[in-house]
Amino acid sequence: MRWIGKDVPRKEGKDKVTGASRYIDDITFPDMLYGVTVRSETSRGILQRTVFEEGIPWEEFTQVTCKDIPGNNYVALIETDQPYLADGKINHPLEAVLLLAHPDKYLLQEARRKVSLEVDPLPPVYDIEESLNQKEIVWGKDNVFKEYLLEKGDIDQVWEKADHIIEGEYKTGAQEQLYIETNGIVAVANPEEGVTVWGSLQCPYYVHKALMALFDLPADKIRVIQTTTGGGFGGKEEYPSMIAGHAALLAWKSGKPVKLIYDRLEDLAATTKRHPSLTRHKMALSSEGKILGMEIDFVLDGGAYATLSSVVLSRGTIHAAGPYLCENVRVRARVVATNTPPHGAFRGFGAPQSIFALERHLDKAALQLNLSKEELRRRNFIQEGQLTATGQVINEKVSLADLMTKAMEKSDFQKKKEQFHSENKKNKYIKRGIGLSSFFHGAGFTGSGEAYLESMLGMEATKEGKIRILSASTEIGQGTNTIFSQIAAEALGIEYDLIEISVPDTALVPNSGPTVASRTCMIVGKLVESAAIQVKEILRQSGFLASTYSSSEFSKACQSYLDKFSQLRVFSKYKQPTNIKWDDQTYRGDAYGAYAWAVYVAEIKIDLRTYETTVEDFVALQEVGKVIHPTLAAGQIEGGVAQGIGYGLYEKVVWDKGQMINNQMTNYIMPTSADIGKIRVFFEEAPYAHGPAGAKGIGELPLDGVAPAISSAIENAIGLDIPEIPVTPETLHEYWVSRKVNS
Amino acid sequence: MRAYLPAYDALTPDSLDHALELLDTHPEEYVPFAGGTDLMVLLDWGKLPRKKYLNIWNLSELKGIQEDESFISLGGLTTYTEIQASEVLQKEFPNLCQAARWSGAWAIQNRGTLGGNIANASPAADSSPALLSYGAELEIVSRSGVRRLPYSEFHTGYKEMRLEKNEIIRAILLPRSSVENCHHYYRKVGTRKAQAISKVCLAAFVKWEGNKIKECRIALGSVAPTVIRCPKSEEILTGKTLSRELKEEAKATLGQEISPIDDVRSTKDYRLEIAVNIFDEFLDELGGCKEG
Repeated sequence: MRWIGKDVPRKEGKDKVTGASRYIDDITFPDMLYGVTVRSETSRGILQRTVFEEGIPWEEFTQVTCKDIPGNNYVALIETDQPYLADGKINHPLEAVLLLAHPDKYLLQEARRKVSLEVDPLPPVYDIEESLNQKEIVWGKDNVFKEYLLEKGDIDQVWEKADHIIEGEYKTGAQEQLYIETNGIVAVANPEEGVTVWGSLQCPYYVHKALMALFDLPADKIRVIQTTTGGGFGGKEEYPSMIAGHAALLAWKSGKPVKLIYDRLEDLAATTKRHPSLTRHKMALSSEGKILGMEIDFVLDGGAYATLSSVVLSRGTIHAAGPYLCENVRVRARVVATNTPPHGAFRGFGAPQSIFALERHLDKAALQLNLSKEELRRRNFIQEGQLTATGQVINEKVSLADLMTKAMEKSDFQKKKEQFHSENKKNKYIKRGIGLSSFFHGAGFTGSGEAYLESMLGMEATKEGKIRILSASTEIGQGTNTIFSQIAAEALGIEYDLIEISVPDTALVPNSGPTVASRTCMIVGKLVESAAIQVKEILRQSGFLASTYSSSEFSKACQSYLDKFSQLRVFSKYKQPTNIKWDDQTYRGDAYGAYAWAVYVAEIKIDLRTYETTVEDFVALQEVGKVIHPTLAAGQIEGGVAQGIGYGLYEKVVWDKGQMINNQMTNYIMPTSADIGKIRVFFEEAPYAHGPAGAKGIGELPLDGVAPAISSAIENAIGLDIPEIPVTPETLHEYWVSRKVNS
Repeated sequence: MRAYLPAYDALTPDSLDHALELLDTHPEEYVPFAGGTDLMVLLDWGKLPRKKYLNIWNLSELKGIQEDESFISLGGLTTYTEIQASEVLQKEFPNLCQAARWSGAWAIQNRGTLGGNIANASPAADSSPALLSYGAELEIVSRSGVRRLPYSEFHTGYKEMRLEKNEIIRAILLPRSSVENCHHYYRKVGTRKAQAISKVCLAAFVKWEGNKIKECRIALGSVAPTVIRCPKSEEILTGKTLSRELKEEAKATLGQEISPIDDVRSTKDYRLEIAVNIFDEFLDELGGCKEG
């Protein structure tokens, strides 16, 4: 292959490094106003009065409340429970109540400080336990946004046959996406032209749908344009619909363009985070170490509104039983309401939470059965032809056992384990350990999601004789533009430089679906490939393109075709492979078209004087189908591992009354390059029949396996099984002290 | 940027005398602004007090590292970058160089000043324990003259200090002595390896005479409302030969001398134990040098 598997230059790389790329804060218009959001401090209550203090020329300000909304006061996503602006009822701290706009951005900040909200407080609920126990009912009739029951076999009859029954409880914390560029939108909106927004975002058509409902306008009156985006990680999946609505409401009322950009303090405190979780495991095993049954109770904290929580829960539920064969499974999964800002999409989307619990539980089982962590997993890895927890037949050659063997070799696992064991005995304070995790991650939307989305992608010839891809799939740093160009150039048999990517602008590109769920390469990339095949076929049939051709002959053929027919544009629409079947009612069937498989090994050092854990070496070995761009792919994995190290060891959201109080990068501790040690990335390639050139999804995978491998290594180093993350030094200290006290 | 900028003013004085005159004649109005690495953060958050700021960054009278026989004198505007680059400091006062190396990012190290760090009076300041471990003195200047003060007497409570509104820290003086038979220790337990605020920081200095500790200074950050010296622990060690019993006694005393709290970065329990643990590490290093 000429382009696939090659490290071609990043498509927009030059613009980024030369500063030519225009991010949202670079966009300005004459007469533009700045906007800010006035938010509640109370976590739950009834809004009585808004007080505007003296000393501010209030008549100069555009003010928007829920009464100014032309259409529906809800963020159209799945449910319709989340208002754009609170209508009397406050359900979480930092809930938007009032919008202000003014040409002077400094006076605007002063004005925001001079608004106070009088709220009659209602009793709130702050965590999963309180919500499950219905301390107060804060959402619906029972605080439960969504519940799934996933069942395979008959779990109830398994306990009496079991040689071992092992129970455990695991907790994971919230995590912030921490994209470099904070959220922001610029809007132009008026009744004549409709609404146009520019923004730092992942999913132009999500924003489009939300604005249609907010303004009660038809699709052609709403236009959403993605500007160069400095990272997303899920944090710009659903939240931009909120900011876009706010900016557009201010623009609509003032009749002027409005820029609304969050600073880091606001972005950290007010926008979505990864859902905190609480998981209970009960596992039945035979004396030979075969898993006979798993009963899993998986609960997520959704925050105050439903947002995407049901879908996050779904992915977490399906990944809860892991890549292991088990004939009897019951997963009861719930996502519950609390009076905190809603939690949302974040790379991994529910899977890192349930996989952490399962992997830690397997380590616990291995210790109890006196088997190595490796061996227990080997005895239970799912094989080709076997059924997953949802009853999906694995019809690809699964190589988890091979991956395990290779990961053991690359990390020198056995030798390290023995070496650390003997060194640790001699060294009172420095303890080293090595641990592992094995896992999978499904690419694309869950179950019938992709069929339901019906993604559409366009491709056209330009008069310069180039090919332009029309897609709503966004470049957010992960390399969409580059891999799409590689796939198109490969399928067309032309130079990489002849491929252009259209700006994701809903007026110009069809809906290729959201840029989420590790779907861009596998699902949309396949649409690029099939559109390219169509273009080639059209040019051939027109007689302008010979059976063999050079790039310049191809360009000429495009130009001749345009001279004659004025347009060459094709669309390719997603068709679900016929073997994929899913039943939403019973939650059974083919959950994902394909899975990526991985074994990760973490080597850590603990200093028992400070209880600090440091990752010294990390082996990330995965099978992801064909790798399209080795450098970008390795970068994705390294970045994901770094983010996973943050999740496992450093990144702790400190909550007070439902509000994040460490909302600065000084106090929300994301690891730096000095903290993450050596990350070694290895790929195995087993081409997937329905992916472009055989590629599967890769983006989310690395987040799933890092934290459990680190916790496993901590257990190996000091014999302390810590069932929660992040394992900050303070947390490790607390468990260490309580073990001393107990023993 | 959340600040209302029209509420602020800044003025650049021509000389130190000019600056001192302005501070003296308008004591509630003007506040010195050195590297600005702490103040700019507050400005961004809209929390910087609304005052007139005196940009003293260019005042040559406050710059430079000077040495004579008895002291190294660091101008109040000496930056962390300059501290790290100084050969005499590396040789005689390594704790201070280590503190400078672990403060903030490079950009902060280029702008952040020693005088500013002292006057900002954070209990988590990285350079302060190092200065305390060397018995530093401050040279404080106002229109009415210059006074000298042991740094250990400077901080009087949380963000309270013996510095009048018309005064500027002109220099920090480090007393020199022979580099023989010295042991230096500096450890910052931060929230991460770089660009971190300390959760506990310990700086210590010991001078040996034979197998006895002749001189000993122990200082800690982030464990009390100010950075502190631990005089009782110092006294236990001074004039003694190290023994297991002495170490245990010193550790128990140090635990009594600190009063950490729970905050957004760490917990009281953690800080209490870690302070004693790294003190123990320091004592182990001492033992490794001199104990049989």
